[in-house]
Amino acid sequence: MIEIIVFAPLLAAIVAGLGNRGLGNTVAKVVTTGALFLSCALSWPIFLGFLGGTAEPGVVPVLHWVQSGSLSFDWSLRVDTLTAIMLVVITSVSALVHLYSWGYMDEDPDQPRFFAYLSLFTFAMLMLVTANNLVQMFFGWEGVGLASYLLIGFWFRKPTANAAAIKAFVVNRVGDLGFMLGIFGLFLVFGTVSIPEILVAAPTAAGSSITFLGMRLSTLDILCFLLFIGAMGKSAQLGLHVWLPDAMEGPTPVSALIHAATMVTAGVFMVCRLSPLFELAPVASTIVTIIGAATCLFAATVGTTQWDIKRVIAYSTCSQLGYMFFAAGVGAYGAAMFHLFTHAFFKALLFLGAGSVIHAMHHEQDMRYYGNLRKEIPITFWAMMAGTLAITGVGILDVFGFAGFYSKDAILEAAYASGSEAGRTAFWLGAFAALLTSFYSWRLMFLTFWGRPRWALSEHIQHAVHHGHDDPDEANPPRQENSDMGEPHHVPSPDKGDGTAGYHPHESPWVMLIPLLILSVGAVFAGFVFHHQFIDSAAFWNGSIAYDEHLIHAMHDVPLWVKLTATIVMLVGLFIAWLGYLRDTSIPGKFADQLGPIYRFVYNKWYFDELYRLIFIRPAFWFGRQFWHAVDVGFIDRFGPNGVAELVDKGAYAAKRLQSGYLYSYALIMLLGLVAATSWFMVR
Amino acid sequence: MLLVPFVGAIACLFSDARAARTIALVATLIDLALGIVLWANYDIGGAQWQFVEHAPVFASFNWALGIDGIALMLIVLSVFLMPICIGASWNAITTRVGEYMAAFLFMEVLMIGVFAAQDLFLFYIFFEAGLIPMYLIIGVWGGDNRIYASYKFFLYTLFGSVLMLIAMLWMANEAGTTYIPALMAHDFPVDAQNWLWLAFFASFAVKMPMWPVHTWLPDAHVQAPTAGSVILAGVLLKMGGYGFIRFSLPMFPEASEHFAWLVYILSMVAVVLTSLIALVQHDMKKLIAYSSVAHMAIVTVGLFAFNVQGIEGGMIVMLSHGLVSGALFLCVGVIYDRLHTREISRYGGLAINMPQYALFFLLFTMASIGLPGTSGFVGEFLSLLGIYQVSSWVALVATTGIILGAGYMLYLYWRVAFGVQRNADAAAMPDLSVREWLMLGPIALAVLWMGIYPESFLAPMRADIHRLDARLARAAPEGDARLVLVEPTAATVVGEEHAPVGGEAAHPAPAPAAMHTAPEGAH
Repeated sequence: MIEIIVFAPLLAAIVAGLGNRGLGNTVAKVVTTGALFLSCALSWPIFLGFLGGTAEPGVVPVLHWVQSGSLSFDWSLRVDTLTAIMLVVITSVSALVHLYSWGYMDEDPDQPRFFAYLSLFTFAMLMLVTANNLVQMFFGWEGVGLASYLLIGFWFRKPTANAAAIKAFVVNRVGDLGFMLGIFGLFLVFGTVSIPEILVAAPTAAGSSITFLGMRLSTLDILCFLLFIGAMGKSAQLGLHVWLPDAMEGPTPVSALIHAATMVTAGVFMVCRLSPLFELAPVASTIVTIIGAATCLFAATVGTTQWDIKRVIAYSTCSQLGYMFFAAGVGAYGAAMFHLFTHAFFKALLFLGAGSVIHAMHHEQDMRYYGNLRKEIPITFWAMMAGTLAITGVGILDVFGFAGFYSKDAILEAAYASGSEAGRTAFWLGAFAALLTSFYSWRLMFLTFWGRPRWALSEHIQHAVHHGHDDPDEANPPRQENSDMGEPHHVPSPDKGDGTAGYHPHESPWVMLIPLLILSVGAVFAGFVFHHQFIDSAAFWNGSIAYDEHLIHAMHDVPLWVKLTATIVMLVGLFIAWLGYLRDTSIPGKFADQLGPIYRFVYNKWYFDELYRLIFIRPAFWFGRQFWHAVDVGFIDRFGPNGVAELVDKGAYAAKRLQSGYLYSYALIMLLGLVAATSWFMVR
Repeated sequence: MLLVPFVGAIACLFSDARAARTIALVATLIDLALGIVLWANYDIGGAQWQFVEHAPVFASFNWALGIDGIALMLIVLSVFLMPICIGASWNAITTRVGEYMAAFLFMEVLMIGVFAAQDLFLFYIFFEAGLIPMYLIIGVWGGDNRIYASYKFFLYTLFGSVLMLIAMLWMANEAGTTYIPALMAHDFPVDAQNWLWLAFFASFAVKMPMWPVHTWLPDAHVQAPTAGSVILAGVLLKMGGYGFIRFSLPMFPEASEHFAWLVYILSMVAVVLTSLIALVQHDMKKLIAYSSVAHMAIVTVGLFAFNVQGIEGGMIVMLSHGLVSGALFLCVGVIYDRLHTREISRYGGLAINMPQYALFFLLFTMASIGLPGTSGFVGEFLSLLGIYQVSSWVALVATTGIILGAGYMLYLYWRVAFGVQRNADAAAMPDLSVREWLMLGPIALAVLWMGIYPESFLAPMRADIHRLDARLARAAPEGDARLVLVEPTAATVVGEEHAPVGGEAAHPAPAPAAMHTAPEGAH
C-alpha cells in the first residue's frame, strides 16, 4: 500500500511531464490530481491505524542502492507514527492544492508542466519522510529542492522568478553542505547510514569526542549541529532564511504546498526523526533552541511591516517554523510535530485564501490596495478568518480552541517547563513573537477585509478596469501572476469616489473554494481532536521520536499564568491591530516615522539580502573574473605554454629546420625516440 | 574490438562522405555491441584479468591485452560514447569527412588499447598516440583559433609524457618486466617511488587535468568540434584517472601517501577556483570545461582517500562525468548547430520553443550538480565520504563544490533555457530531431540508471578496488591525519575496554570492514 502512496505521484508526474502539451491539460490534471487523491485516501487509514494503536511500524524494501565497502544502503519505505503523520499532511494538502490549482492556473498555457512538477514534488517529499536511511532522506531532500526550484521559477520569463529560484536552490545547498558532512561524520562514527541503527548505537558515542577541522569537539554535538545546518537551510531558519520570502515569486498554490505546509517543515521532521540523537547532544539542542527562538522573533518583526500579502504569510511561516525548532530544541518533539501538523492545515489555508484574494483582486498583492473585501468575497473571508483564529491561537483553556491554540500553547509551556536557560529565553521570545503573530495576522485581516476600499490606486485594478480582461499583453512582464480568471467583470462605472474605481472583485470558482472549506475544518478542529495523542501519549508515538515523560509532566504543572500567556498576548496583539488599522489608521504611519531607523531596518528585513550580496555574491563573481584573467590567462598561460612558445621562438632559430611544424614529424620523432629507448633497454 | 574500428578507419580514408559516415557508424555500433558482450561475459568475482591476449613481439616487448573491472567500465564508456559522437558529427562536419571519421575510429582503437594494455610500453604507445587523432581533430576541424588550441594541447601533454617515458624505462629496468600486473605487485624502493610518482603525476595530472596544468582544456574544448569535445571530456580525461588507479596508486603506494597532500591541495584549489571561474564565463563550452576541472578534482581527492568508498566514488565520478559532460557538450552542440554561436547571451527562453531540449538539458544540468537519483550524486557522495575519513578540512572544501556547482550550472541554465526570448533567431530554432533524440536519450537513461541502481557499475569493479585497497593498506601504514575517536578522560570507565581498537571506540556490532583495512592512521 505504501508503495502505491509513494509511487503514484511519481507515475503521474512522468505521464504529465513527458506527455506535456501533447497530452492536453485535462488529461494531465486528471491524472495527477487523481493520483494524489488516491494517495491521500490510502494514507488516512494508515494514520488512523497508528492513532488507534493497531498499526505496527515496518519497512518495505524496494531496491538495493549502493554497496561500497562497508557502506551499504537501499531504497526502502519506512512507516511508523512519525511517517504516518507526515503522510496525511503531505497527501492531504497536496491533493487539495492540486484541486485548487485547477481553478487558479486555469488560463496558464503550461498546465501539464505545472501539475507534473507538483506531483514530482509530492513524490520527493514522500520519499523523504519514508526514508529509512540518511541517504534516501537526502534524496528526498534534494528532490523537493529541485521541485521547489522548478516551481518557484515556473514563470521563467520573469527575471525575479529565476533569481528567486536559483537563490532558493543555492541557499539550500549551503545547508546541504552541513547535512552531507553530518552524514559523512555519522558514517565515520557508526559505520552505517541506516537511521534505526544509528539511533540504537547513539548512546555508545555519548561523551566521546572527535576532531573536526582541527578542533576537538563532542562527537554528537558537532554531528547534530552539522545536520541542523541542513535543517536550517530547508526550513529557512535565521541566516539561511533569505530564500523563503523570495520564493513567493512562485504561483500561490506552490507557496501553500511547498513553502508553508510541507517542504519547509522537512528540517523539523529531520530533527524529530533523529531526536534520540539530538537528545544526547545538549549543546546542539541548545543551539537549535536559540536559533529557533531567534528566527521566531526575527521573522515576526519583519512580518509586521510588509505590505505584500504573500510576504506577510511567508514571514509568518518562517516564524512558526522557529516555534517548531525551539520546541524540538527543548526536547518537546511531540509538541513540535503537533505544531507542524496543525500549522500545515492553517498555513495552507491562509496561503490558498490569500491566493483567492489575489485572484479576486486581479493579481494585486499589495494590501495597501485592498480593503472592505469582507462583503465581496465572503467565503474566502470566512476561510481566512478560520485560518487567522487558528494561527493566533484563539481558545479557552480546557474548553475549546482553534488548532494553533493547542500546539502553540504546548510549545510555550514546554519551553518554560524545560527549566534551562535557553528554554526560558525561548519562552519569552516565543511569547513576544506570539504577540507579533497576532498583530500581523489581524493587521492582514483588517487591511484586507475591513476598512474602506482602496483599490482605485492599484495599477493591476486599473488595468483590469480600463483594458478589460481579455488583453493578453497587459501584465508588463508576460505571464506574471497569471492574469485574470475569465470571470466577467461588471461594467466599469465612472464613479471613483468610493475607492473601488468601479472594480468589483469576484469570488473564486468552487474548485478553489472547496479546498479552502476542507482546510478550514482542519484549522478549526485539528488541535481539539488530536492534541491528546500528540502531546500526552507515549503509546501513540510508539518510539518513533524521543519522548520525554518528565517534560510532559512538567508541562502540565506550569503556573497558570504561563498557560494563559499565549491567550493574553494574542488579545494584546489583536487590540493593537484593531487600534492601528481600524480605529485610527494614521497611527501606524506616525509610529513608523517616529521609529524611522528601526522601522527601516525591520522593513528591509534586517538587510540580510544586502549583506549577503556584499559578502558572498559580489566577491564570488569578482574572484571568478580575477582568477580567470589574472591567474589562468595572466599567469599560468603566460609563463606556461605561451612562455615556452616564446622561448622556442627566440631560441630555436638554429633548430628551425627540425621544427617543421608538421604533426607527422613530431610523431615520427616520438616514435624514433621510443624505438631508440626500447632498443637500448633491450640490448642492455 | 580493436580490429573493427581499425578496418573501418582504413575504409573511411578511401571513401566519400556519405559512405564514410555509414561505415563509421556501423563500425562503432559493432564495437558497442562487442562492448556489451564483453560486459555480459565478464565474470564478476572471477579472475582479476580476463580476456587476456598475449603475444611476444620482440625481446621483452609484448602485445599484451587484458582487462579487469575498472578497465571494463571505461571501455564500455568509450564504446558507448563513440556512436553518439559519430551521430553528433553527422551533419556538422562537411569537409574531409572520410579523414575525420577515420581519425575518430583510430581514436577508438587507441582508447580501448589504453584501457586494455597490459604491457608498459604498449600502454605508452596507445596513451601517446591517442594525442595524434585528437590533435588532428582540433587542428583541422576546429574553430577559428584552432591552431593555438591544438598546439597548447599538444605541448602540455607532451611535456608530461616525456617524463613518464623516462620513468617507465627506469621501472622496466628495475623490475625486469614490462608486464603491468607484475609491476603492480612489485615493491619499488621508497626513495625511487617518489621520483617515479612525480614523473607519472606530471603526465596524468595534465591529462586529468589538475590545477594548475588545466589551461589547455578550456581552449581545446572551445575549439574542438562537438564530437571532439565529447570524446575529450568523456574519455580522454579519464585516462589520467585511470593512470592513477593503474600506476600511481598500486605501484607506488608509499609515494602516493607521501604526496597525497599535494593532490589534496591542488584539488581543493581546483574545486574552488575553477568553480568561480566557471561562474563568470560567457562561452558555454568554456563554462562546462571549467566545471570538468572541478569535477576531476573530486575524482582525485576520492582516489587519494585510500579507502574503498573514495576509490569507488572516484571511478563513478569518472564514469558519470564521462556521460554527463559529454551530454552537456552535445547539448551545446545541438544549439550551436542551429545558431553557430556559443555565446550564452545569444540564447534565452529556449524552454519555450524547445521544451524537449530543455528537459534533457535540465536533467544533465542536475546530474552535473549531483542531484541524488542521477549518476553525479553517487560518485560525489562516495568520494567525499571517502575523503572525510581522511580529513574533514579537505572534505569541507571539496564539498563547497556542490554549492558553487549549483550556482554556475543553474546560472547557465537560467540564461540559456529560461528568461525571455531575446533573439528572434534563437526563438525560431526547432526542437530536437530524431537523430538528436537518439544521441541524448541513451545517455539520459544511462545517467538515471547509474543514479538509481549503480550496483551494475560498481559490481564489476568491486573486487579490483578491494584488491587495490588491500595493497594500499599494506604498503602505506603511516596513514595520515584521520579523525580519531577517543573516549574523554572523564568517561574512561567505559572507554578503557574499547580503547585498544585503535581509537575507533564507538563502533556498534557491524564493524565496518573497510575502516580497518584502510590505512589505520598513526595513532
